[in-house]
Amino acid sequence: MMRFIRSAFVIARRDFSATVLSKTFIFFLLAPLFPVAMGGLFGSIGARVANQTERPVVAVVAPKSEFAQLAAAREQLADAVGDQSLVKIVGYSPKGDLAAQRKKLLASHNPPVRAVLSGGLDHPRLVGALSGDPATVAQLKLLITDARDDDAANTPDLPVTDVHVSTGTLSADRATTAWVAQAALFFLTLMLSTMVMSQLIEEKSNKIIEVIAAAMRIDAMFVGKLFAMLAASVLALVVWICAGALLLQMVKHGGVQTLPVPAVGWPGFLALAIIYFAMNYLLFGAAFLVIGAQASTAREVQTMSLPVTFAQMLIFAFAATAINGMDSPPGLAAAAFPLSSPMTMLARAAERSEWWPHFAAIVWQALWVALILRVGSQLFRRTVLKSGPRLPWWKLGRA
Amino acid sequence: MLRQASSGTLAVEAVDLVKDFGETRAVDGVSLSVPTGSIFGLLGPNGAGKTTTLRMLLGIIDPSSGTRCVLGRDRPLEAAPEIGYLPEERGLYPAMHARDAIAFMGALRGLPIAEGRRRADVLLAEHGLGDWGRKSIRSLSKGMAQLVQLLGTIIHKPRLLVLDEPFAGLDAINQGRLEELIRREAHAGVTVIFSTHVIAHAERLCEEIAIIAKGKVAFDGRVDEARSRLRPIVRLRTRASDGPWRAAIPANARREGHDYVFELPEGGPEPLLKALIDGGAGIETLAIERPGLHDAFVAIAGARTAEAMGQEPPQ
Repeated sequence: MMRFIRSAFVIARRDFSATVLSKTFIFFLLAPLFPVAMGGLFGSIGARVANQTERPVVAVVAPKSEFAQLAAAREQLADAVGDQSLVKIVGYSPKGDLAAQRKKLLASHNPPVRAVLSGGLDHPRLVGALSGDPATVAQLKLLITDARDDDAANTPDLPVTDVHVSTGTLSADRATTAWVAQAALFFLTLMLSTMVMSQLIEEKSNKIIEVIAAAMRIDAMFVGKLFAMLAASVLALVVWICAGALLLQMVKHGGVQTLPVPAVGWPGFLALAIIYFAMNYLLFGAAFLVIGAQASTAREVQTMSLPVTFAQMLIFAFAATAINGMDSPPGLAAAAFPLSSPMTMLARAAERSEWWPHFAAIVWQALWVALILRVGSQLFRRTVLKSGPRLPWWKLGRA
Repeated sequence: MLRQASSGTLAVEAVDLVKDFGETRAVDGVSLSVPTGSIFGLLGPNGAGKTTTLRMLLGIIDPSSGTRCVLGRDRPLEAAPEIGYLPEERGLYPAMHARDAIAFMGALRGLPIAEGRRRADVLLAEHGLGDWGRKSIRSLSKGMAQLVQLLGTIIHKPRLLVLDEPFAGLDAINQGRLEELIRREAHAGVTVIFSTHVIAHAERLCEEIAIIAKGKVAFDGRVDEARSRLRPIVRLRTRASDGPWRAAIPANARREGHDYVFELPEGGPEPLLKALIDGGAGIETLAIERPGLHDAFVAIAGARTAEAMGQEPPQ
């Protein structure tokens, strides 16, 4: 076993240095910039349009007369600046338990209440998710001033209690986190798949494969290559996560703290994200390494890339069915199927707080990595090195 | 423990190795015994099955049937740290520095990378490539790159060296250097197996050979034994064109210019000489030549091939 690990390490060290110390690794690190730039461009256009068309709804808990004053003030202001630019207000009569009423309103989807204004015109108080939206608070102050018929210079005091997410939007936000995490995992693996498939082309084209095959077991070489690529991509992943967090901190008010918290918490989620990325990469990587090992030229690898990409998309779609339905039959099937398991389980980490399924899933996925590598190395020996007697495929793993 | 042969230990022993690629039988029942510390040549024309035999001996591929024992191990890869292998198709990572390439090949065989680099510097300096250690492989000439790979093959001080067509692509000077290196390794106790289709190299270097033709071993033994399978050749030129001495010349003697060329008769040189002198042949020149390995190879491989095809051996 020690020799196996040492052999794999020799290959991994060579591949890792050849990848990371090459000039092309800089381009690899810059690769996510392109989709991020595209996303940023289209996102900002979309956000601007959304800002113009979808103003937040503020629920006003006040007697009808006071709400009428506020509504009149809003109408007056809308004549001047346009209705689309102004915060929307919806009136609700006060009920006994203000806290319960507020909680219910914040959970409401129809209309999608962003904040609740209570305390009447004399002692207004605002509770809601408004930390990134100072314009809405300013507009409300203006409306209250106008409704009270005060001097414009005498701006009312409007204390704001910020709520990151309302109870009604939490599950939706977590589902979004799950989907984003799955998509990130999918795109990262997709990006690496062609690289992994062409891993053995170099050795096969410069004939060093013969020297390697005479010195170690083929599965040790496979493992070495796979882990070298994993180490290089984890290095890149850490760079990307840090760069992403820094960017978010700079451009988004409140920074990363404003992101919806996954069910297992951020530290656990990030740890699981890295583990499931490794597992997803190892599972797909092992399969792609085996597929790519059958190719003799870069052209053949390119030809293989298209069906492989489609297969990955199918598996991604399968894993996505589990979101919001983790315990449904498709959700459980996606968690059990080895190739969709890491993506599904990462989504689960965003939506569900229990830990034991993750431990079980990681062991299950590791078993499949070992199995694919074992069968793959036997297949490589038989199909590429033309070694050994012919065996039916179901006996390959035992040969 | 190495297996014992009658004359000592065996570094490599193969019994009835067979290798089929689909419907094609590339190696058909090859058995070999390579004594420890010897230089062993695997001779045969291209496509005879030499490389496939070597790959089976090294454990790169498994035989369809048969067994092999390399340095006392039935699974050759277990002996990999004690083996150096130079494949027929040379290959190195083009971007690697020469010293790193040598150290990497050592690391594949279990030599720590730092020690590999240290030894690589020494070896490169010894072979006149001291200034090229930190140059990439792609900047070296083909001959230099081949030398680098050869140094990588011996960097970990193997007990068994397997060289597949090592002289291919080398100029005469580098061929001489390689022969010297092989002799030096053998002198140090290393067993060397090399394949070649150039008989002169085997003739100069080998103590033992195996001749492979069409996947079968046609001969396995000492070079002297192979040569002794053929009778010495007599080359005779006489002053007299005819006479009673002609009866002493074998009927199948051929003429090459003014010379008669024929195998020395069973009775040896004395009866022939007596008949020539008594018959008044007037011997101008008479040479009795010992057949070379080339003649032995042609005779052995040709006869075996003809036998396999069910035809008479060529005259």
